Amino acid sequence: MKVVVLGGTAGIGRAVAQRLAERGDDVFLLGRSAADLARSAADLTARHPAQVAAGYASCDLERPEGFGAALDAADTALGGFDAVVVTAAMFATQEALENDVELARRLTTVNYANTVVFCEHARKRLLARGGGWLTVVSSVAGDRGRKPVAIYGSAKAGLSAYLEALDHKFRAQGLWVLCVKPGFVTTGMTAGLKPPPFAGEPDRVARDIVRAMDRRKPLIYTPGIWRLVMFVIRNLPRAVMRKIGF
Amino acid sequence: MSTLAGWGRLPEPGREVLGEDLETLTRGAALARGLGRSYGDSSLPARAGDKVVGTRLATRILAFDPGTGVIRVEAGLSLVNLVRLLVPRGWFPPVVPGTKHVTVGGMVASDVHGKNHHIEGCFGAHVRAMRVRVADDTIVECSPSQHEDLFYGCIGGMGLLGHILDVEFVVHRIPSTWIRMERERVHDIHMFLDSLSRAAPVWPMTMGWIDCVHRGRAMGRGVLTAGRWATPEEAGTTPSSVAPDKAVPFEFPDWALNRTTAGLFNTMYYWSHVRRRVSGTMALDPFFFPLDTILDWNKVYGPRGFTQYQCVVPRAAGPEAVREFMDRLTKLGAASPLCVIKDCGPEGKGVLSFPMEGTSIAVDMPVTPDIQRIVDGLNEFIIGTGGRIYLTKDRFTRADHFRAMEPRLPAFVALRDKWDPGRRLRSAQSRRLLGDQA
Repeated sequence: MKVVVLGGTAGIGRAVAQRLAERGDDVFLLGRSAADLARSAADLTARHPAQVAAGYASCDLERPEGFGAALDAADTALGGFDAVVVTAAMFATQEALENDVELARRLTTVNYANTVVFCEHARKRLLARGGGWLTVVSSVAGDRGRKPVAIYGSAKAGLSAYLEALDHKFRAQGLWVLCVKPGFVTTGMTAGLKPPPFAGEPDRVARDIVRAMDRRKPLIYTPGIWRLVMFVIRNLPRAVMRKIGF
Repeated sequence: MSTLAGWGRLPEPGREVLGEDLETLTRGAALARGLGRSYGDSSLPARAGDKVVGTRLATRILAFDPGTGVIRVEAGLSLVNLVRLLVPRGWFPPVVPGTKHVTVGGMVASDVHGKNHHIEGCFGAHVRAMRVRVADDTIVECSPSQHEDLFYGCIGGMGLLGHILDVEFVVHRIPSTWIRMERERVHDIHMFLDSLSRAAPVWPMTMGWIDCVHRGRAMGRGVLTAGRWATPEEAGTTPSSVAPDKAVPFEFPDWALNRTTAGLFNTMYYWSHVRRRVSGTMALDPFFFPLDTILDWNKVYGPRGFTQYQCVVPRAAGPEAVREFMDRLTKLGAASPLCVIKDCGPEGKGVLSFPMEGTSIAVDMPVTPDIQRIVDGLNEFIIGTGGRIYLTKDRFTRADHFRAMEPRLPAFVALRDKWDPGRRLRSAQSRRLLGDQA
């Protein structure tokens, strides 16, 4: 595979990029900090069995005007990519988002609108060459309107719906859209929070994601136990959801 | 209140701050910890408010030269990840402990040893340089030729001289991914010491499982394992694979493991090696990391938690001292299904590094009301032999006992006076053993 990873310097994205590089896939990183990108690219180069250098370019989900150029840079460097992985996103607690409407606007814009725009750029390029993989990290937070993730979850709900529709619409044309719904994963993004039961580690989650890509699945929950947890949550009556804090 | 615990599952109040960027994270921190596999209180805060940095998200390789095997990695990279990467390419770390679930930073801070200690020494002997954030918040690059005192202080220094940010070390070429091994049933402690010393010049890797429940004629019986890397001809063409993890599904009750069940386990294990001598080729994973075949095995000890007593009896004290140690151990009645014996080579350069020329014995023990008495009794004996204990496993040693067994302590204190006069870096263990303030 020739893979572009947006958000591959940290967290789940880093672990996915590492696993792909280790098995010999060529990886190109997109992210915000040039210093961090260089450090991560060196890591991926060291991990690649043939030491194929990983390239990188700057791309910020808050600046949609740069999406096209970033993907073109990746395309040139890789000699035509066939997979795009999006793990970058913003996170803030419900409390912080309620106290700061500007933060709420930024977060919902980045995690929904701009992510969709980025995916549109990627989708068009992939379809033009006969398809490929579009893997995007959404969240279990989008599966149901829930008190602790009212705002963050709503953006993820929109993103999940978009990804499902893409799968329905373009699978026949060879586009493998994968919507990843992680439960709680211990990364820098969730560093301030107390890990709940079934917290995942990035490397485990990355293994699940790569396996799902290989199997061309449209949707995974990871760690796997969250499929069951969210099945229950999705089926709880409103009266119960109103009472509980989850 | 949130708590942190080591592998022995005895908690202390505190919480860790996680992140990918150690340079930012370690500013103002009191302690860094990796995967929390040290058994006792080495990776726990001296007080609840201390900033404890979890390094396990700092997983990047900074450089790797396939020509020389020199590799530089961030301190939080796990041995699981490193081995997964190196083995298919024909490399292996020079020294590995009995579990893969440790970070490289932790391997330096504990100066871990392995089955090849009598040949290769500790992990620290293969470290070329590291970057360390010291107590005044500056970052120092140290090596045998640059800030040498800090370098050797950090090797086996239990994280008390500085927070290790990245480590440069050498990995070795391996001829195959299989191990040629020989296993021998040994029927008492004298024969054990004899077999260990006879195996050492022939086999680069040795270790023994030893029964430390039974007394009398069976005391110190066990199974000695010796190994070396298999040649490509012996190994065949299939690479050795990693068995999928099995996990302990629930926490055992406290009473599940007692002297009777531990004795039963020991007898069963001993007689499972019916043939006196077995040899063959085995995969590297179960050979090096037998503790990892079952995840979370620490749950077997129940909610009371457990500790490990690991000491080294110096060669100078003679085989009689080892026999007497075994005698005391069985008399004190520590019920342990797992007891490991290994001969160590010469002491390394780490200022507080554990191994020294002699016989190392490690015993797991549940935390019973007797535990302090047992540890005190064993420590008094070890002090008499001129031996010492392994801080990475320790939770119950008294400060005065530690001082008595550690003639190198003044040198380490002098290093702390130089690099951290305000004692900003500290752990629950340094509070207990070195008198740091809570």
